[in-house]
Amino acid sequence: MFYREAGDFNTTYAEDQQTFPIKFDRYRYYLVLFIAIVVVPFTVNDYWVNSIFMPFLIYAIAAIGLNILVGYCGQVSLGTGGFMAVGAYACYKLMTAFPEVSMFIHVLLAGGITAMVGVLFGLPSLRIKGFYLAVATLAAQFFLVWLFNRFPWFYNYSASGQISAPERDTFGITITGPNTEAWAAYAFCLVFTIFSAYVARNLTRGSVGRKWMAIRDMDIAAEIIGVNPLRAKLTAFAVSSFFIGISGALFFSIYLGAVEVGEAFGIQKSFLVLFMIIIGGLGSIFGSFAGAAFLVLLPVALKVVGVDILGWPTDIVAHLQLVIVGLLIIVFLIAEPHGIAQLWRVAKERLRLWPFPH
Amino acid sequence: MNYKLGTLAVAGLMAASPVMADLVFPSLSYRTGPYAAGGIPFADGYADYFTLLNERDGGIGGEPLQVPECETAYNTEKGVECYESLKGSGGLVYQPLSTGITYQLIPKVTVDNIPMLTSGLGRTSAKNGNVFSHIFNFPANYWDGASVAIKHILEEEGGDLSGKKVSLIYHNSAYGKEPIRTLQELSKKHGFELTEVPVDHPGQEQKSQWLQIRRDKPDYVIMYGWGVMNQVAVQEAVNIRFPMDKFIGIWWSGSENDVLSAGAGANGYKALTFHNVGSDYPLYDDLQQYVFDAGMAAGAGDQAGTVVYNRGLYAAMLVAEAAKTAQEIHGTAQITPAQMRDGMEALAITEEKMAALGLPGFGPEFAVSCENHGGNGFVAVTQWDASTKEWSLITDFMQSDQDVIQPLIDEDSNSYASENNIDPQCE
Repeated sequence: MFYREAGDFNTTYAEDQQTFPIKFDRYRYYLVLFIAIVVVPFTVNDYWVNSIFMPFLIYAIAAIGLNILVGYCGQVSLGTGGFMAVGAYACYKLMTAFPEVSMFIHVLLAGGITAMVGVLFGLPSLRIKGFYLAVATLAAQFFLVWLFNRFPWFYNYSASGQISAPERDTFGITITGPNTEAWAAYAFCLVFTIFSAYVARNLTRGSVGRKWMAIRDMDIAAEIIGVNPLRAKLTAFAVSSFFIGISGALFFSIYLGAVEVGEAFGIQKSFLVLFMIIIGGLGSIFGSFAGAAFLVLLPVALKVVGVDILGWPTDIVAHLQLVIVGLLIIVFLIAEPHGIAQLWRVAKERLRLWPFPH
Repeated sequence: MNYKLGTLAVAGLMAASPVMADLVFPSLSYRTGPYAAGGIPFADGYADYFTLLNERDGGIGGEPLQVPECETAYNTEKGVECYESLKGSGGLVYQPLSTGITYQLIPKVTVDNIPMLTSGLGRTSAKNGNVFSHIFNFPANYWDGASVAIKHILEEEGGDLSGKKVSLIYHNSAYGKEPIRTLQELSKKHGFELTEVPVDHPGQEQKSQWLQIRRDKPDYVIMYGWGVMNQVAVQEAVNIRFPMDKFIGIWWSGSENDVLSAGAGANGYKALTFHNVGSDYPLYDDLQQYVFDAGMAAGAGDQAGTVVYNRGLYAAMLVAEAAKTAQEIHGTAQITPAQMRDGMEALAITEEKMAALGLPGFGPEFAVSCENHGGNGFVAVTQWDASTKEWSLITDFMQSDQDVIQPLIDEDSNSYASENNIDPQCE
């Protein structure tokens, strides 16, 4: 009944190749966009933005970035936290050096700088594969965190070694610092999330994405049919790091406002984003969103249910949270290795036939 | 799917919002994670003191008290989430007990007009109330701690430190880096050689750091550690047979949890403190009667009398007294966070006040003013006795070297003020 192409006629190639070829799906997508752009900014308060929407949007960008590398190009990376740190510190240095420039430009430049660093750490991927590459990116993670802790230039010689975002604006609206309105911070992150998802989606279904997937599926075969592994792998590293850098910049400047590299961008961040794409679905843009939503919302939801509604002690709820998240990861890996995105696909197939499955 | 969970969260928030009529003292606690060893006793002490006030006195000024707790796990992201979710409950004052979360909240609470108390932690230069209008860090701060540690060493060495070596082993975070500037200044002033030995979060592995200390052979080691890092460091110091009475921890590295696991070897280990230790106070009788015997103790109820539990009591006592002061100033029992801030700025802790509360001689006397949000920097040294398993004060409360610290505070706070365009609040 739903998601059916009956009566939905495409008369041009462009229509035939759009992201959401089914009319129902397309309208659903427009509705989500409409709610996100028009409804949410006028209804949110500080709590909703700072606890739910902002982490969700920012982690979604990071998950999209990592998904390009791991899910589409098959290069396992554990360096996400380090690359986010590059984005954050690049953004900080740019913000403090050029206060009059718009935050949009700073965040994009931070992404660009991270892309370059990503390519640098992507070079070993031409020689090493699989687990060995994972270890090489792990080295990037530790090296970058050490670097930002070790050299005071990166944190402008502040006594505490923390970086904190001064007040900056874009188009005259305060975007960073404590005086930011909730809707402004939300809208700023939303713009980047939509931009990232749009770019990533269209890259992955074009020739670039096909090359990545060819490399992922069998690199030798891909090379034989004419895919240049050097370019494919390095573009994957660059694009992935670009998005991760943007998310790191937003994470620092908009969301937290002050970070300490070891605590905010440690190895646990790399794992968190990796879990997001594993649970959400490798090789799927929707999966990145689903995974980010799942891991951002689940702890909040568990806390609300456990502490606020049931009145359990906070430590028990915190421990339960670890147990439940861990359990869910295992369950997902066993029951649905392709993640929430696959569940969504199956649900769509079912809904198409519903209510007459035969 | 996220909409479904979202609705759930809304429903939860609505069900959870406490009645606005009470005075709310939110507790950003951490009972889980690598820092739980310090987080649990503090949260218990904090909650028990307010329970006592509720049960014995019916709250403060007749207003019942609430202590909603939120688990941060010492993690800044969760800290922000906790702050935002508790903000709606009308919390009067926040005490995050984490330097990382403090840095995050400093601009936020200032804009939201809510005071924050960071006793012995957080941003040291917040002592300058002229710049940090909503942040308080009385009675002592990290730089006071560093200075008094050196003062104690000076006393031990007969007043001369030239040519001596002092190592600082610190948690490689905003917290651990705080004392470095002060110690560098002090090393210039007193002529000792300072080496810095960072330990990365969470600090379970310190072999290489202690190897370095063994090689350097410092005369004294000062530690700025927290959580599991402390226990490991004390154990490692015992392992390399470092003389424990020349090993001095900051107040966050001086609880029972930190030394018990090292057994007899930890005997003589020293730590700083800005409040007294032990449970030999009249207040404990009341706690026994109204809280412990009534089965209302927070957590497992097994932390009473420990050093960090006492710090939780002390922290609660300070804000409770500030709330009383605020009620007097504004002539209303139902104070707002903004009025609470005025109360904190007018707070004066005297010996009579502490004695009347059942805590005679528990901490230094101090008075807060608009310019000085940090007290006078009186710190004492405690020592661990492994045979009786007790901490005891071995010095009086002594004042830190204000000649060194005050210029550093002015410098740091003024640079913060110029970075963030803050006008001085005091006339």
